[in-house]
Amino acid sequence: MADINPDAMPLKARPLSPHLQVYKPLFTMMMSIFHRITGAALYVGTLLVVWWLVAAAAGPTYFNWVNGIFGSWFGRLVLFGYTWAAMHHMLGGMRHLVWDTGKWLEVEKAQLLAKATLAGSLGLTLLIWVIGYAVG
Amino acid sequence: MRDLKTPYSRITGLGSAKEGSDHFWHQRLTAVANIPLILFFIISLISLLGSDHATVVNYLGSPFVSALMLMVILSVVIHMRLGMQVIIEDYVHGELPKIACLMLNTFFAVFVGLVSAVALLKMSFGG
Ligand code: HEM
Repeated sequence: MADINPDAMPLKARPLSPHLQVYKPLFTMMMSIFHRITGAALYVGTLLVVWWLVAAAAGPTYFNWVNGIFGSWFGRLVLFGYTWAAMHHMLGGMRHLVWDTGKWLEVEKAQLLAKATLAGSLGLTLLIWVIGYAVG
Repeated sequence: MRDLKTPYSRITGLGSAKEGSDHFWHQRLTAVANIPLILFFIISLISLLGSDHATVVNYLGSPFVSALMLMVILSVVIHMRLGMQVIIEDYVHGELPKIACLMLNTFFAVFVGLVSAVALLKMSFGG
């Protein structure tokens, strides 16, 4: 910390910059928050991947038991959500990579990208699960 | 100025994190890598649906798949650690809690990475 002499500089409440709640929610803003939420959800969910890999390495009895949990309606629900989080975060991340080049930052274009991200993530998730049910 | 530091080394890494643009860059590098790797991971899972244990181990243990899976783990783990670091820095303000969270974040990433890697390697080499 910088050295501040409290006598020379009395600490008083200073104005703070306004935070999220003062702004009217916008679609692009919600999508930005959603990128963070999906990133955090994917983070925690890596434990599921670890569990599945460990189960496969452990042997058939344990693997079948874990697969049973993943295959239950609740397991499928969680995995469906995880798929959506992954697809949404992946497309949202690609949006960020486009922005990093300095392009597509205009309001209308950013709004278009945000809509495409949401629609794309839902579409890809459904596609994955339709193929999944067709295969397995 | 009486030292052997070059002018360049004197001005690098002076941001609050003392690490220059590495964080940003590695987040982007792993983001790009994650795209094909996550797609590979999901396609693998779909192709394994309904398979028995022996088939799954056989697939995950084959050299090419195993190497790609290790790449998935490596890239994702680095990426998520950097990402969570930003989230922590945004919301956890006290110096001590912040450092504790950042440590836990690193421990978590290492845990996920190494446990997954050992499981994968066991399926390749463990017979
Ligand atoms: C599938 C391909 C992926 C892409 C293209 C991608 C891309 C990105 C990008 C560009 C950022 C930075 C966003 C920013 O600067 O605000 C980011 C943040 C993040 N990513 Fe990913 N990511 C991917 C997969 C993952 C996975 C699998 C995880 C976790 C297991 C993850 C976790 C995170 C987290 C926690 C953040 C921080 C979010 C924030 O600061 O708001 N990402 N991702």
